[in-house]
Amino acid sequence: MTASAFRRFGELHLQELVISVVALALILFFTVQSPNFFTGDNAAALASFIAPIAFFALAEVPILILGEIDLSVGEVYVLSPFLVEHLNNAGIPVPFAIVLAMVICAVVGWVNGLITVKLHMPSFITTLGMTFALEGIILISSNGAPANPVGSGTLALVLGGATWAEAYWAIATMAILFVMLRRTSFGLHIVAAGGNAQSARESGIKVDFVKIWCFVLCAFVGGLIGILDGYHIGSIDPSTPGLTFMFYGVAAAVIGGTALTGGRGTMIGAAIGAVVLGILEDGFHVIGVNSFAYDLILGIAILIAMFLNVQIERATVRGAGHGSFARMLSFPLSRRTEGRRTEGRRKESVRR
Amino acid sequence: MTSEAETHGRDDAEDVLRIEDISMSFGAVTALRGVDLHLRRGEILGLVGDNGAGKSTLVKILTGFHRPDSGRVYLDGEEVRLRSVQDARAHGIETVFQDLALVDELSVFHNLFLNREHTGGGWFRFLRNSSMRTAARRLLDEMAVDVPSVDVPVAKLSGGQRQAIAVARAIQQRDIKILLLDEPLAAMGAKETALIIQVIKGLCRNTDISVIVIDHNYAHLFDLCDRINVIQQGRVTLDRDLSEISMEELIELMVQSRRRELSEYLPDTPTTRGGPR
Repeated sequence: MTASAFRRFGELHLQELVISVVALALILFFTVQSPNFFTGDNAAALASFIAPIAFFALAEVPILILGEIDLSVGEVYVLSPFLVEHLNNAGIPVPFAIVLAMVICAVVGWVNGLITVKLHMPSFITTLGMTFALEGIILISSNGAPANPVGSGTLALVLGGATWAEAYWAIATMAILFVMLRRTSFGLHIVAAGGNAQSARESGIKVDFVKIWCFVLCAFVGGLIGILDGYHIGSIDPSTPGLTFMFYGVAAAVIGGTALTGGRGTMIGAAIGAVVLGILEDGFHVIGVNSFAYDLILGIAILIAMFLNVQIERATVRGAGHGSFARMLSFPLSRRTEGRRTEGRRKESVRR
Repeated sequence: MTSEAETHGRDDAEDVLRIEDISMSFGAVTALRGVDLHLRRGEILGLVGDNGAGKSTLVKILTGFHRPDSGRVYLDGEEVRLRSVQDARAHGIETVFQDLALVDELSVFHNLFLNREHTGGGWFRFLRNSSMRTAARRLLDEMAVDVPSVDVPVAKLSGGQRQAIAVARAIQQRDIKILLLDEPLAAMGAKETALIIQVIKGLCRNTDISVIVIDHNYAHLFDLCDRINVIQQGRVTLDRDLSEISMEELIELMVQSRRRELSEYLPDTPTTRGGPR
């Protein structure tokens, strides 16, 4: 597919570099707009905007690389603190209840993966069904009433209660998933299965196994951020819009250079994408944009970011580039004609 | 018609693959009518024939994709049944499809070692990239395949380089006796063609691997193959060592057998009137 989207600058890919520049530009913009943006107090607020988005983005990246999507991770996020509460009410001590809740979340992911892979269902449909099913379970079991997360003291502080706890967890998760994706055999198999499933199968990679485990991983991370956010916010609400949260994560991943068509994506890109979205969200609050206008501006900002992203992709994938932005970027990118040629030939051979 | 094929004395000890009397039809359409074919160890055999002559069906039988209606396949003198693609592969028969074989997004060395990665760290299976890079460079040097770097994603490579890497991967990953190449030179430039021909020839010179190549271009086949089999109307109609025959003679023979075919089916065809028969 791509030729020069792979061009790397040290550990950074071109798209990660571009989106980093966007993040820096946004920081500059909000700092100029408001004296309250570049402050210690706001840094903590910023972190609590960025961390959840980053978690969702990190969880989705392997799934998106596989060319799949997990819509239900947002509801898993809503579910997990309620699971802890229910299990605790049933007499299980909080630490064990947390572990058990995480295991149940992983099982939800396993079911998603199993249905998708074994019944050959599009993951969009599988996880859409799972989203509503989980929402129903949450509403029934909680009676629709918000609650306080169970557990207190050090445990609660470590699991998101402390100001920076969530950010540390996010960074640790990113580091682990980065190593998994880039430095292990499993990560390589994810990219191979997403890039060319047939070839991966012919090499003996168990594509189904890889997919199922990515769904498990995604739901597990979703459960983790649910518990962390519960302690961080201090209350849990059954009507939290999980789907919206999940889409923030997908948006962050795509802004960071993950291809929705599969085969390409990075953890660092997803994290930087989350930083951009977090800065936008926090920045609008700080400079006092009308809360009604906020979603509108955020939506437009996401569209612009995605547009630039697609333009970069076109510039690098198909060689020619369609917009002025693409043409501007395309001059240092070499070997474009060859990329186009192999593209055409591959289509031909697929038809054959 | 089979007289041409029979002019070749069979030396069974040398044959890695022997096919006897293979027939196959798809409903009313007969694709193969009693094909006999043999392949010597370390030999490059070219298959030519018109579209629909049965070349692809034959190759798909050897790949394990189709099961013939009748006939026998011998590998190293022992009769085998190729029930599935996995089965054929287990017997050491591998087909290289040019573009479907590689993952564009991955680097050359990751493609070469896909699912055979060098890893460390036990259960975690951390990639030992430097070790794979070195091995990949050595492998490609041995095969005289020139790539800018083993770190570039294969999407960046030319068609010829990709084909060469697909071949390198096939022989590096498995224990292969027979390599089937379906039009490996299609849509390649002169330089790329030269590269692939060199890679395949080097492969047969340095290893025990035997190769069957399907191609339409006689000039390519003369550069590449040791022997050539012509398939027409579901039969092998010509079997010649290329050292014994020039390209002009081959084409003349093909035209003659084509005329014979035509006269058999259409006795009044004008082409047969006053022909060399």
